Amino acid sequence: MTEYWRWKEYRWHDEEVDWRAGELVTAGVDVGSVSSQAVVMVDGELYAFSSMRTGSDSPESARKAMDWAMEGTGLTLDDVGFVVGTGYGRVNVPFSDKAITEIACHARGANYMYGPGVRTVLDMGGQDCKVIRCDERGKVSAFVMNDKCAAGTGRGMEVFADLLAIPIEEVGELSLQVEEEPPPVSCTCVVFAKSEATALLREGWPKSKVLAAYCSAMAHRVVTLLEQVGVEEEFAITGGIAKNIGIVRRLEDEIGVKAQSAKYDTQIAGGLGGALFAQSLLKKKLNAN
Amino acid sequence: MASKQTYETKPLECWGKAKQIRQDFYRDYAEAHEKGGLRWAGGAWTFGAIPCGLGDDVYSLTSEPYAASIAADKEFSMRCLEAAERAGYARDLCSYMRNYWGSVILDEYLWGGNFPKPDFIWQDHVCCSHAKWYQVVCDLEPGIPSFCIDVAVGPAGELNDNRLDYVVGQMHDGIEWMEKVTGREYDDEKLIEAVNQECRSTSLWAEVCCLNKAIPAPLEEKTMFSLYVLGTLMKHSKAVADFYEELRDEVAERVQSQIAAVPNERCRLMSDTQPPWGFLGLFRYLEEYGAVSVGSLYTFGLIGMWEEMSDGSWGPRTTPQQAGIEIKDRDQALHILAEWNLHKPEWQHFYSPHLKTEMMVRIAREWSLDGVLLHYNRGCEGLSLGIAENRLGLIEAGYPVMTFEGNMGDEREFDLARTKARIDTFMETLGHARS
Repeated sequence: MTEYWRWKEYRWHDEEVDWRAGELVTAGVDVGSVSSQAVVMVDGELYAFSSMRTGSDSPESARKAMDWAMEGTGLTLDDVGFVVGTGYGRVNVPFSDKAITEIACHARGANYMYGPGVRTVLDMGGQDCKVIRCDERGKVSAFVMNDKCAAGTGRGMEVFADLLAIPIEEVGELSLQVEEEPPPVSCTCVVFAKSEATALLREGWPKSKVLAAYCSAMAHRVVTLLEQVGVEEEFAITGGIAKNIGIVRRLEDEIGVKAQSAKYDTQIAGGLGGALFAQSLLKKKLNAN
Repeated sequence: MASKQTYETKPLECWGKAKQIRQDFYRDYAEAHEKGGLRWAGGAWTFGAIPCGLGDDVYSLTSEPYAASIAADKEFSMRCLEAAERAGYARDLCSYMRNYWGSVILDEYLWGGNFPKPDFIWQDHVCCSHAKWYQVVCDLEPGIPSFCIDVAVGPAGELNDNRLDYVVGQMHDGIEWMEKVTGREYDDEKLIEAVNQECRSTSLWAEVCCLNKAIPAPLEEKTMFSLYVLGTLMKHSKAVADFYEELRDEVAERVQSQIAAVPNERCRLMSDTQPPWGFLGLFRYLEEYGAVSVGSLYTFGLIGMWEEMSDGSWGPRTTPQQAGIEIKDRDQALHILAEWNLHKPEWQHFYSPHLKTEMMVRIAREWSLDGVLLHYNRGCEGLSLGIAENRLGLIEAGYPVMTFEGNMGDEREFDLARTKARIDTFMETLGHARS
């Protein structure tokens, strides 16, 4: 049976860099509710990362993500000077030297990914959404998180991909293929939104229109969060949902601000921030010695 | 940079006495009939001093603190909530009310035995839920006579003689009604004594809260919840007023000797509305960051009575006794009781969130706070009313605010892991690390 929700797990490392020539090798491991990322940096530059689904065992997920990020590089954990654990499973990263909240790490990661001008970061994760205000160093000055409802999160989108039998990577683009924007689904809850979508399909709505109605509802829901903190340019989106053009475009239209384009995979922002924190902490530790 | 100073700490010496008063309250109510006494039930906001005129053997069960005690017992609370739901009451109603109804439906008293049915109900209508609460109880326990006072006369700042007379008139009617349904003769001297004790205890509680302006704070809010609750049980009793006097003296001594509630105090916060009662460990979690919740408008203003002092700060309200007023008759006692209660801080924000914001900003300033935790409490429409407006007002006044969703009495609507995650980030933004 095809699992349309299943996004591609992958890894990358910079083959042109010899980590042995670097002084500071650090890592950030972001164990989220849906996905886990391990990011390795050498002297403050991105060197390797992995992105995979989080299993039921957080310590094991952290280990697997880290092993996979290091695969083929010759790196072992002993070569990594400092590891920061972040995300929901941050306290379950068995090899971490410190745990830091994912909000702090996303802000720091976004600062690296999009530059010091970024002031508002929207992290659209697997099971929650966060709006973060930060300064030029990526330090958090204010934040809000969504409530207990999972609407507007990655997991909700996965449920819809499965319902409509559309690969998750294609839902955003398909949702834009409508002549006229339909009204959003009421979307107070993923389960109810799914029932509503089923009814719309029964009424004869094409899949693109149903997706447009759901993406529009997700965007609208996130906008209410953004308005609580206030959007300050420059504005950046991190997390898996940032890859969904159907939501990003609708969000931009609603707030009238364009999101910065990403040079890196938006899903690694938390791990990247963790690795940056790890670098600062390693320097501090070495200086103290 | 946060201070690394560590203060001396020690438990409250009068703690055991507070526990005893609470235990006696619930036991006396349950056993009232065995001693030939009477039982009445009503909200903690009701004019509890008035039934005192029926005699010294008249005991009450105040519904909100009883329901909060149920909420702290997760197993029993779940059975109560489910019993109320099975009976057809919606899950989004006041969770205190649902816990209370569940206890009645199950016919189980939290402290053992059957639910002790009251002889009469003495209630007032502070919010929509309070207006309906005992109407349902009367359906569930048919035959209990019930009397409710309408107190919707506007905020204290707009109080005038006509509005006050409207409430006092109902109180007079209530006394006549009580005599009729109990067959007892009403004793005005006992009413006067109860009114004097109520003014004394509520002013003393405000004095205790004022002492928490000190750095380090001599009390933290988790403990304060267990102390203010005595006022919600029987603020009109001499036992509670005497206890608050003893507590005031002990807390003043702690301030004098710099005895801290949280030895590593680095950061001062306040909360708002009722906490999720089954998860008070959250306050201990804050302490790992050196954060002390010094109270809230809720803990200060539900029982404490306040006034502006000559220096403009908030202080305990001058009691009629302190002002040299001798209460001589029933009408005077009722006027003083009504006027006193209608000035209750927690009563004001039913009329406008701006009134609440003003009081919260005042607390933040006078109690030297670094931030605020707002509980978006799905279990209480009354006290959560306008809370998002309060957030904006506090932010505008320069105070960082963290919000979290939950429910004071229904643990199914509270997420401990997420709330702790929010606290972690909030404390990080305030520059504090866990010890």
